[in-house]
Amino acid sequence: MDNFFFGIYPYIALGVLALGSIIRFDREQYTWRSGSSQMLRRRQLTIGSNLFHVGVLIIFFGHLGGLLTPLAFFDWVGISHGAKQLMAIVVGGAAGVLCFIGIVMLLHRRLFDPRIRANSSFGDTSILMLLFLQLMLGLSTIPLSAGHLSGDEMVKFMSWAQGIFTFKAGAAAHVADVHIIFKAHLVLGLTIFLVFPFTRLVHMLSAPVWYLGRKGYQIVRTRKQSS
Amino acid sequence: MSHLLDRLSFFKKNVDSFSQGHGVVTDEDRSWEDGYRNRWQHDKIVRSTHGVNCTGSCSWKIYVKGGIVTWETQQTDYPRTRPDMPNHEPRGCSRGASYSWYLYSGARLKYPMVRKRLVKHWREARVLMSPVAAWKSIVEDPVKSRDYKKVRGHGGFVRSSWDEVNEMITAANAHTIKAHGPDRVIGFSPIPAMSMVSYAAGSRYLSLLGGTCMSFYDWYCDLPPASPQTWGEQTDVPESADWYNSSFLILWGSNVPQTRTPDAHFYTEVRYKGAKSVVISPDYSEASKFSDLWLSVKQGTDSALAMAMGHVILKEFHIDKCSDYFDDYTRKYTDFPFLVRLVEQDGKLVPERFLRASDFLDGMGEENNTEWKTVAIDEKTGDLVLPQGSVGFRWGEDGRWNLQEKDAGNKDTKLQKTLIKNSDAVADVAFPYFGNKAHDFFAGTEHDEVLMHKVPVKKIATKDGEQLVATVFDLFVANYGVDRGLGDKNCAKSYDEDAPYTPAWAEGVSGVERNKIIETARGFADNADKTEGKSMVIVGAGLNHWYHMDMIYRGIINMLTMCGCVGQSGGGWSHYVGQEKLRPQTGWQPLAFALDWARPPRHMNSTSFFYAHTDQWRYETLEADEILSPTAPKRTSGSWSNSMIDYNVSAERMGWLPSAPQMDVNPIEIAAKAEKAGKDVKDFVVDGLKNGDINFSCEDPDDPKNFPRNLFVWRSNLLGSSGKGHEYFLKHLLGTTHGVQGKDLGEMGGQKPEHVKWHEDAPEGKLDLLTTIDFRMSTTALYSDIVLPTATWYEKDDLNTSDMHPFIHPLSQAVDPAWECRSDWNIFKGLAEKFSEVAPEVLGVEKDVVLVPILHDTPGEIAQPFDVKDWKNGDIEPIPGVTMPNIAVVERDYPNTYARFTALGPLMKKVGNGGKGIAWNTDDEVDFLGELNGTVHTEGVAKGLPKINTAIDACEVILSLAPETNGEVAVKAWEALGQATGLDHTHLAKPRAEDKIRFRDVQAQPRKIISSPTWSGIESEHVSYNAGYTNVHELIPWRTLTGRQQLYQDHEWMRAFGEQLCVYKPPIDTKTIKPIIDEKPNGNDQVVLNFITPHQKWGIHSTYSDNQLLLTLSRGGPIVWMSEVDAAKAGIVDNDWVEAYNTNGALVARAVVSQRVKEGMAMMYHAQEKIVNMPGAETTGNRGGIHNSVTRAVTKPTHMIGGYAQLSYGFNYYGTVGANRDEFVIVRKMSKVDWLEGPYEDPDLKEKARKEAAE
Repeated sequence: MDNFFFGIYPYIALGVLALGSIIRFDREQYTWRSGSSQMLRRRQLTIGSNLFHVGVLIIFFGHLGGLLTPLAFFDWVGISHGAKQLMAIVVGGAAGVLCFIGIVMLLHRRLFDPRIRANSSFGDTSILMLLFLQLMLGLSTIPLSAGHLSGDEMVKFMSWAQGIFTFKAGAAAHVADVHIIFKAHLVLGLTIFLVFPFTRLVHMLSAPVWYLGRKGYQIVRTRKQSS
Repeated sequence: MSHLLDRLSFFKKNVDSFSQGHGVVTDEDRSWEDGYRNRWQHDKIVRSTHGVNCTGSCSWKIYVKGGIVTWETQQTDYPRTRPDMPNHEPRGCSRGASYSWYLYSGARLKYPMVRKRLVKHWREARVLMSPVAAWKSIVEDPVKSRDYKKVRGHGGFVRSSWDEVNEMITAANAHTIKAHGPDRVIGFSPIPAMSMVSYAAGSRYLSLLGGTCMSFYDWYCDLPPASPQTWGEQTDVPESADWYNSSFLILWGSNVPQTRTPDAHFYTEVRYKGAKSVVISPDYSEASKFSDLWLSVKQGTDSALAMAMGHVILKEFHIDKCSDYFDDYTRKYTDFPFLVRLVEQDGKLVPERFLRASDFLDGMGEENNTEWKTVAIDEKTGDLVLPQGSVGFRWGEDGRWNLQEKDAGNKDTKLQKTLIKNSDAVADVAFPYFGNKAHDFFAGTEHDEVLMHKVPVKKIATKDGEQLVATVFDLFVANYGVDRGLGDKNCAKSYDEDAPYTPAWAEGVSGVERNKIIETARGFADNADKTEGKSMVIVGAGLNHWYHMDMIYRGIINMLTMCGCVGQSGGGWSHYVGQEKLRPQTGWQPLAFALDWARPPRHMNSTSFFYAHTDQWRYETLEADEILSPTAPKRTSGSWSNSMIDYNVSAERMGWLPSAPQMDVNPIEIAAKAEKAGKDVKDFVVDGLKNGDINFSCEDPDDPKNFPRNLFVWRSNLLGSSGKGHEYFLKHLLGTTHGVQGKDLGEMGGQKPEHVKWHEDAPEGKLDLLTTIDFRMSTTALYSDIVLPTATWYEKDDLNTSDMHPFIHPLSQAVDPAWECRSDWNIFKGLAEKFSEVAPEVLGVEKDVVLVPILHDTPGEIAQPFDVKDWKNGDIEPIPGVTMPNIAVVERDYPNTYARFTALGPLMKKVGNGGKGIAWNTDDEVDFLGELNGTVHTEGVAKGLPKINTAIDACEVILSLAPETNGEVAVKAWEALGQATGLDHTHLAKPRAEDKIRFRDVQAQPRKIISSPTWSGIESEHVSYNAGYTNVHELIPWRTLTGRQQLYQDHEWMRAFGEQLCVYKPPIDTKTIKPIIDEKPNGNDQVVLNFITPHQKWGIHSTYSDNQLLLTLSRGGPIVWMSEVDAAKAGIVDNDWVEAYNTNGALVARAVVSQRVKEGMAMMYHAQEKIVNMPGAETTGNRGGIHNSVTRAVTKPTHMIGGYAQLSYGFNYYGTVGANRDEFVIVRKMSKVDWLEGPYEDPDLKEKARKEAAE
């Protein structure tokens, strides 16, 4: 069981994420959008969405950096596992609260504003619920983590994640004995990866961050057809 | 190749830079741009245009890709004009350019829809019952019928099938005909010219049933009654190209660039050519910036301004110095020389009726129609003469109905316009004055209500003794208060004197400075004098929608006729309000009203109909005494202090106006009853009416016997746009939630009508079935029981003409109707088919008794000379067609409705065709159509007759039968007219005698129509189309009493209301503010404003007001404009949500606060739909309200006159009009904007709960 969820399922989820996104990007360009409902009702969205996005971005990059940075790097810099965990709890917790307020506002709006509700697809509502659930799970790991501040638990997750990405056999074993809430959090996270290409989440891949660093105010495109 | 792979050039996409690095050149995948390219691709282009309610008739290219309309652009292949004249194209505007949005939008109707509660009852009933019985079981059950009526407008539509809805509708029709009468099946559709086959489809179905077709032009208040009064012509105007021939253009209450956008280029171009232009408009309109001079007149006082300009023109160009051209023109083409009797009344001399040949013992040598031949004096001999051309010469004889300067004996004559040089005396004559009336918002002047003027008179020996007479001209000059040296103390010596109607006086009333009035009048007349009439006035809804619109218009018409502008190229009266010119009218009428199968059809004037049946009369606040003339004659019987609806009842009884429903008995049962009684049908009806067994429906519109039962609305948005008194419609006709806030006469203790039965409890929900046919979910559709999805203007074949240009346009089926939509032609054809199947359950071949009013342009129009006599009062005997409506018996072959619908009936050969008083044989055209469309082979009533299966077949019927599109017919028509005039007019059509315009021709390129006597202008290579042209240049009389332009109206009712000559009348007081202004405070300040509803920029009436593209260009929802001053008074800032309300109802909108608007008025662009961005109103608690929520129609007695030459009824020609500009509203900022997003609350359940709670 553990082997399936933490040894095989990650590859299924990441595979669907990668392949699904590529296929959708190639074949369904017009569906590649964030599906904003700002046109329908503005105020609650503006506050909720900003809180949610700030929080979720911190959490996302926190997870990304925290899980995938090699252990050796932290050792080299001289950050202890305990300090790293504490930082994760404090920063992640704060971001989690922002995100929580935001997502509650969004969910409330999505479900109880008749105009928004009437214009929501199953995907719109369910992905928001999944994120909400995942956030709840994530937040409920904080008391658990606070129970053993040594950072050893976290090392398990890092080892697991890095094992998955480096195709090490038996990566699943790293997380075999963690608390059930952690496990649920991991499985749900992978599930979100799995459904990613079928939802509005794909807008993450197109966020125009490079605008921040672009050169030149006027952009001229060559007439030459590229390849 | 792959979007992803193409994107993987992230690090080498920038290939160059420029402008010191501020610009970059990239080499990246550009295939996303194809998305935009594909959007505008097409695989064919089809010519079509836009139908109702736009009357522009512009040629458009419709681009189609894969069976989908992708976009549209303006066509530019109109036939060229002559040198030195700009071309017509490109025609079109932003509205038309956004039309294709509708086709695939959320607003589009896709399937037949039916009210859920109704269809539930229907399906239950249909299990055991046949269709008609099933319908009967629902509508005759008060619980079931209230169940679905009370939720009208509250949603609840479900999808149905064509089979089911057709069966429901036809069962309802059949039941209504059987139980109540065919005249209870009503159809409303406007402006046939803009998709004439779609109109004809419905009216043909209704006419075959004996149903009632409703007028629209009068109801929209676009009909200018002054036109039939003056010219005997509904409306005839110059094409827009003729603006280019003008050298002095006044735009008066018209906003050409905004509302006539495709034509505005001629206005711009003629300005470049050097024409002078004055724009008269209270607000700084788009047109105002084109002007040399902008006159900001106080809204509603335009007639004061026109009278003052007329005063200047008369004084400077007729009296002090006489223009030869003006003198000659007015002598030949106006009634100026004709003699009017002056009679003593209450010790004063008043102008009465025209002197007639019958006033002399020998009838002045005439025998035919002596009561209708008017008299003048020959200038050379001083003898009384009977000039040819008056209406008496039109009927019952040939050859003398023309405008040659000849008398009845064919002797040359020159008529004398004034008696000032050889009068027998100078008399003091009384003229009414209304400018002193008190009104809360319009200042009255200090003058007497009767003004005595000095008039030169003659004493004439008549059969009744000596008679004082004066010429119209002398009365006309006296009425204007122009001094002629007769010692008239009510005449001003200078323009600066404050006497009616000097420029100084007008400055006080209208707010326009006197020097500007003088400058404009002088420039206008001087230009006309020098150019022989090339001064033009473009008038619009800003004038014509006032209660006293005829005074405003006649004031302007007087200016034009005094200056010889009417009928001259580049001159004249250009009324472009809901204007429509169904150019091939005489070819269309047989198709539209099924005249090929049965005559006469049932027509009804909508204003009187809706006034009665939406019970707006129960709330009437205007009393006749308020508008009665101080010089009114004594009424033959009874007093003038009647209610407006009393006047209407009298008019219907006397055969002046039509009736629908007609009588309180079923018209298909009368013939049988008459037979049983052993009487002729006519005698039976006359006797019944006399002894009270039969009554006119109008005498008791609230009796269920007289309810209209079924209403079809197609090509129209009756409830969302044109329905004045919207809330009264909802309350009484539909029986649903409404916002009427006032009390009726019963509750108010007001004066109740004398001739109409009063019911303490007014009925609610008179209508059993409201069927709307539309391509979009309009407000009307939302309130309907059944909604049928129709083809859009790009999905059907049809024809379209306008009076803005002389071309005939097609609507073409560029793509198939989307989803389950069908064209109007196919919808009604389908109904006809189903009706033939369903009706035999209760109906067979029936005899239908039809009442027809006395019609204009028929020999009957000279029915009631002199005093008005109402048979019901015992003044005279009821004689059908003379003192009461005509009675006709028409055979209805109900089982053969479909066979009749789809074939051109036998009457075209038996009776022929014609129009406007002339007739011709049409055998050749019918034979031709048989060859073109094929003939019916199936056995039955239609065998051997030309087929009319498709909409294109129907187009060919119109085009073949009409003189405008078939040169052969044009020649025949001109020959027929020549019979009456004794002159040869065929030269106007002979050069095009061989031309036949067919449907495929107009699809290839717009075609210019052929000159025809249906119209008063000509199509030629030398002049542009201009109204009255053939009257002036071919000497064809105007179709009026004197045959001339009728500036003096001598009918008794005209005299009663003081409108024999043009006068200034201030707006009426609708009294809708005081009862409510302090009743419903919301804590915010209020301001009372005149409610003005001009035509809008982002829509054509309600069409496009829900179109996303135009909503994006505008503020995206309902708006009301107001001035900065008024906004400050009520603490309103731009974009605030405001409510405007009065006793009629309430509306909400956002405020647009602008310097453009004049203080004291609010402008709400006409017909912004209730369906977009519309919250609830605080006072009524209902969603929004539309512009018509605060209006109520008020009728005017002078518009009801009939049986009197040009003042006779014609469908959309004359009758009551739905005026709305005199209304005031209370405007205030809303304290709470409630979007009413909760579920529907059943009023019955609420009431029940309230009662239970009380217990």
